[in-house]
Amino acid sequence: MNGALPFIAAAALLALVLGFLARRGKDMNLEEWTVGGRGFGAIFVFLLLAGEIYTTFTFLGGSGYAYGKGAPAYYILAYGTLAYVLSYFMLPPIWRYAKEHRLYSQSDFFVRKYDSPALGVLVALVDIVALIPYLVLQFKGLGIIVDIAGYGAISPTVAIWIGAIIVAAYVMVSGVHGSAWTSVAKDTMILAIVIFLGLYLPLHYYGGLGPMFTAIEQAKPGFTVLPAHGESLWWYASTVLLTALGFFMWPHSFGSIYTAKNATVIRKNAIFLPLYQLILLFVFFVGFAATLQVPGLTGSNIDLALFKLSVKTFDPWFVGVIGATGIFTALVPGSMILMTAATLIANNLYRAVNPSADDRQVSYLAKLLVPLVALVAVFFTLKGGETIVALLLMGYSFVTQLFPSLILSLAHRNFATREGAAAGIIVGVATVATVSLTGMNFHKLAWLPSAIQDLNIGIVALVANFIVLIVVSLATRAAAAPAQAAAE
Amino acid sequence: MRSIRWLAVVPFLALLVGPFFVNQPTPLILGLPFLLAWIVVWILITSLIMAVIYAVDPANREEGA
Repeated sequence: MNGALPFIAAAALLALVLGFLARRGKDMNLEEWTVGGRGFGAIFVFLLLAGEIYTTFTFLGGSGYAYGKGAPAYYILAYGTLAYVLSYFMLPPIWRYAKEHRLYSQSDFFVRKYDSPALGVLVALVDIVALIPYLVLQFKGLGIIVDIAGYGAISPTVAIWIGAIIVAAYVMVSGVHGSAWTSVAKDTMILAIVIFLGLYLPLHYYGGLGPMFTAIEQAKPGFTVLPAHGESLWWYASTVLLTALGFFMWPHSFGSIYTAKNATVIRKNAIFLPLYQLILLFVFFVGFAATLQVPGLTGSNIDLALFKLSVKTFDPWFVGVIGATGIFTALVPGSMILMTAATLIANNLYRAVNPSADDRQVSYLAKLLVPLVALVAVFFTLKGGETIVALLLMGYSFVTQLFPSLILSLAHRNFATREGAAAGIIVGVATVATVSLTGMNFHKLAWLPSAIQDLNIGIVALVANFIVLIVVSLATRAAAAPAQAAAE
Repeated sequence: MRSIRWLAVVPFLALLVGPFFVNQPTPLILGLPFLLAWIVVWILITSLIMAVIYAVDPANREEGA
C-alpha cells in the first residue's frame, strides 16, 4: 500500500457512484439514454463538447508532444479554437434537423439527409472503425496512468479491466447522463490540477515561465518555434485546417450536439470553448518543464513526461491525486465512445437489416452491446499489435472524410447525391488507409517544393473525396434527369 | 447585421496564416515565446469575436431561452 493508491481507488469509486446516480428520476428509453432527452443546458453541453479536449491523449499526449517536439504541439491549441468558430455556424442547423427528425446518431443524420439507409450503414462502419481504436487509446492511457501513479502496485492489465468494467456498468445504466455527471468531476479536477502543475513546475524548476523558455531555447535552439522542415509552418497550417474540419465529425462529439435543449446553448458555447482550450496551455507548460528535467524519454515514452516529472517532484499522495484526475480523463471520453459505438451498432447496423425493430428493442440491444464493445476494446488493448496502432493514426482522418458530404447536406439545395456522398467517403477512406499503410508522404516525392512536402498528407484524401463526390453527383444527376422529366 | 458573421474569418487568418509572420522565439510576452503568445492572444480575441457575433445575431433572440 502506498500513499497514491487511496486516491486512485477513490477516483474509480467516485466515477462509479456518479455514473449510477446520473440515472435518477429518468426513464431510460433510447432518447434519454443516448441523447439525454435533448434537454441538456449550456453547462452539460459545454462539458460534453469539452470532453473531447481532455482525453488521456491530451493529458499524456499533449504534455508529451511539448516535451518531445516543442512548438509543433501548439497546433492542438489552434485547431480546437477554429473548430469552435465553425461550430457556431455548423452545429445549430445539425441540432435543429436532428430534433425535427428525432435522430439518435451521426449515421441517422446521413440516412435522413440523403434518404439512404445504405449510406447510414457506410457512415456507421466508418465511425465504428474509428471509435474502437480511440477507445483502446483511452484504455491504454488508463493502464499507463494507474501503473505509474500507483508506483507499480496495480498492473496495467488489472487497471484496464477494472476501468472497462466501471465504465461499461455506468454507461449501461445511465447512458449519456453518466458521461455528463462524471464529466463534472473530471473537469473540476483537471482544471485545478493542470493549472497548478502548469504554474508550479516552471516556477519550481526554473523560477518562472520566462526563465524556463529562455533556458529551453538556450539548451535546444529552435525548440519553441516551428522548424524550417518537417513539422514546419506548412505542416502546421495544413494540419490545423484538416483537424479543425474533422473535429465535429467524431460521432460522439456529433452526438453530443443532439443533447442540447436549444440552439442558443450551442452558439453560446462557441464563445467559451476557445477560452477553455487555454487550459491546454498549462499542459504544455508541464511538458516544457519536463524537457530539461526528465530528459531521455523517446518514442512513445514521451507520453510519460508528465508523470515522470510529477513522481520526481511530489509526494506519493499528490501523485495519486494527479493519477485520479488522469483516470477521469480516460473514463469520461471512454464512456461517450462506448455509448456512441453501441448506439451505432444497434440503431444503424441492426436496424438496417431489421427495419421493423422499434425503439425499445434497439435501446435494449444498445445496452447489451456496451459490455461487448468494451470487451473488444480491452482485447485489442491487451493483445492488439501493429494493426490497432495503424488504425489509431487513421481514426481522425477516417471521420474527417465525412465532412464534405455533411457540409453540403446543410445547404438549402444539396448538390451532392447519395451515390456521390457514398463514393466520396469510400474513396476518401481508401486513400487514408492506403497512405497510412504504405507510409506514403509528400517527402517521398523529392521533386516537390519543400513547402508542399511538409503538407499533411490527409489533404490528399479529402481532396480525392471531394472530387469523386462532385463527379459522381454530377453523373447521377445527369442520369436521373431524363427519368425525372419523363415522370413529370 | 448578418454581415458581422464575416468577422469569423479573422481567427482563421490569424491562426492559419499569422504564424508565417511570427514564427520566432523572442521577444517573450508574459514569459511565453512569441509564436505561442501570438496563438494565445488570438484565442482570447477569437472568444471576443464570437461574443460579438453572438450578441448581434438575431437568431439568439428569436429562440429565446
